[in-house]
Amino acid sequence: MTLRDLKPGQQGKVIGVTATGAMKRRIMDMGVTPGVEIKVIKTAPLGDPVEVHVRGYELSMRKDEAAQIQVEA
Amino acid sequence: MSVTIALAGNPNCGKTTLFNELTGSRQHVGNWPGVTVEKKEGAYRKDKDVVIMDLPGTYSLSPYSAEEIIARDYIVKERPDAVINIVDGTSIERNLYLTVQIMETGIPMVVAMNMMDEVESRGDRIDCSRLSELLGVSVIPIVARTGKGLAELMEAAVREAKSGRRSEGPHMFDHELADAISAIGRVFGNEDADENRWMAIKLAENDEIIGRMVPEDKKEAVQLLVDRANKAAGGDAEAGIADSRYRYIGKLVRECVRKSGAGHKETRSEMLDKILTHRVLALPVFAGIMYLLFACTFSENFLFVPGLPSPGVWLAGIVEDAWGLAAGKVIGAAQGLGASGWALGLVSSCLDGMGAVLGFLPLVLVLFLLLSFLEDSGYMARVAFVMDRIFRHFGLSGRSFIPMLMGFGCSVPALMASRTLESDKDRKITMMITPFMSCGAKLPVYAMFAATLFAGSNQTAVVFSIYMLGILAAVISAWILNKFAFKNEASNFIMELPSYRIPTLKSVLIHGWEKVKGFAVKAGTVIFASTVLIWFLSNFNFGGMCAMEESFLAAMGNGIKWIFAPLGFGDWRACVGVVTGWIAKENIVATFGQLFGNVSEETVEAVMAGEQALPAIEEVFSRSSAYAYMAFNLLCMPCFAAVGAMKREYGSWKWTLRAVGFQMATAYVAALVINVIGSMIV
Repeated sequence: MTLRDLKPGQQGKVIGVTATGAMKRRIMDMGVTPGVEIKVIKTAPLGDPVEVHVRGYELSMRKDEAAQIQVEA
Repeated sequence: MSVTIALAGNPNCGKTTLFNELTGSRQHVGNWPGVTVEKKEGAYRKDKDVVIMDLPGTYSLSPYSAEEIIARDYIVKERPDAVINIVDGTSIERNLYLTVQIMETGIPMVVAMNMMDEVESRGDRIDCSRLSELLGVSVIPIVARTGKGLAELMEAAVREAKSGRRSEGPHMFDHELADAISAIGRVFGNEDADENRWMAIKLAENDEIIGRMVPEDKKEAVQLLVDRANKAAGGDAEAGIADSRYRYIGKLVRECVRKSGAGHKETRSEMLDKILTHRVLALPVFAGIMYLLFACTFSENFLFVPGLPSPGVWLAGIVEDAWGLAAGKVIGAAQGLGASGWALGLVSSCLDGMGAVLGFLPLVLVLFLLLSFLEDSGYMARVAFVMDRIFRHFGLSGRSFIPMLMGFGCSVPALMASRTLESDKDRKITMMITPFMSCGAKLPVYAMFAATLFAGSNQTAVVFSIYMLGILAAVISAWILNKFAFKNEASNFIMELPSYRIPTLKSVLIHGWEKVKGFAVKAGTVIFASTVLIWFLSNFNFGGMCAMEESFLAAMGNGIKWIFAPLGFGDWRACVGVVTGWIAKENIVATFGQLFGNVSEETVEAVMAGEQALPAIEEVFSRSSAYAYMAFNLLCMPCFAAVGAMKREYGSWKWTLRAVGFQMATAYVAALVINVIGSMIV
């Protein structure tokens, strides 16, 4: 399952990042690393991107980017 | 002995507020070479020997964005005497990620734990002295907005800078990974142990820039050890290292941070966000805020009240009147002294040049007071969040909306607003396409052609289609530039949505002032020099002063008119119009008034307003070439004031000329296509 599959209000635990290169680095730099709890807060008014809560702050990313983060419920 | 202290921290951590508090308004603002990233330095208010350098806000020292590369190059290569790392206490985990990376460089540092008032009001506690023990560097609690703790902070930073004590890199890697990293460091064998360790970590992280610095004869040995590091980290050292840093931070946080037991209670920021990014309300609220932003700056019928000027227009009027009065006095005095015709002309062109610069200052000031409020309050990040869905298709950020919208008023403040974009690439592209938005000064030109050549048809539709053409050109250009000119630059939308905060009046004012000063000084010289140059070219020939018909400019127009023949306006007067339009686009009408039948000033005014036609231009323009001419002037190089603003924002002539070249090429192609297709239809 990926972060994209979580609905607003749902929470999961990151188990891996399948992105590569700069994107992967950026995702991890922002604190989305294996083991961390992540919660989807909401979707933007036009349906994309999404807002998530991680490590005590709010982060936004596109759904395509969320699809590259593996989570378990 | 002077000491240099660099400020480093995440975006939105209060770094700019701290910088303003420490330096007051004595700041020097410029650009880092080659990029559109702002470089700020200033002297410490209480000790002029302490120079404070504000590094760009970054989350990490990765080699992926211009900001990150600048921040790390400065720390690693320029080696300031100490670094103050500002940490936002309300999101301490992510902020400490940069802290541990700065520690890896071994630079002497102090941590400023900011927003301690907010931390306390949430009922949380951060044990700074315990954190200091664990990290091995001083951690000073501060509130940058109120200035609390800043004296202690600076005292600690200066002490650290003078002692030159290196911070010891934290021990956060697993045994095997740490071994592999120190082995890479040994292969390097520089004298400086810190440098060895830092480069070794970067190599293990697969950092391309550092990778290229490895000497040819050591490449193989390094690669073997990097493979070992990868194996030690379960296949991917880059991920392993990021993970180790966060695990280490997790331990620090568990030991030093006490969350209030009350559970999560909704903050004011979260409640506000529910409205501002609400599924239904977000877009209307956004439209309202954008309308206010535009109207406050440019509107002549502010808040729909006829004749009520907006703050920007009102201030601009005052400045213009005052300058007109002063300029009149100067010219009167010069006449009294018996100055010759050309001397008077020179004086009045110089005054015009200065007046042109001054006239923009109120618009820049008003827009930037508002923009810095939006930026500092945290709303700007939501603009990107809300608009991303639309703008990503052209490879731009949602934040590009603001410069492009402002472009309909005036390109000068609009170009300067591109500073609010997140990435260097977005800023560069947005600056190239912002002048395609049809600014207020271009309207009189359309009015002239519409009244003269399109009198029988729907004039509004003609003018409207030109505006649409500008938007279309901007969108296509953005797409092309993204695809072909900036193809190697990674783009993503992984962005923090910072908490909403009420900005301090002081930082809003300093920001507005800084923009006005920067424009007046950096752009002012470009505008002034080019205005005087065009005046000279259009009033002189080898025999001295002359009418425009016989001037250098006319001769140049005759020399280059063949270039424009395929566009349908291969006439020297049309060429001269393009050139005088660079002083200000509405000048095209006055120039045509003079060159086509020497009409009175009142007639020119009426033509500008679209109330009267200028029939003499029909000898040169057909409908299709008139449309091509409008398109050309819309898309070609903007006025010198806008070029000056571009120069100020790009920080380099190279990029400014590239942008102008791109705009000229776009204008030529668009006008050519219009004329060719137009002459087939009409």
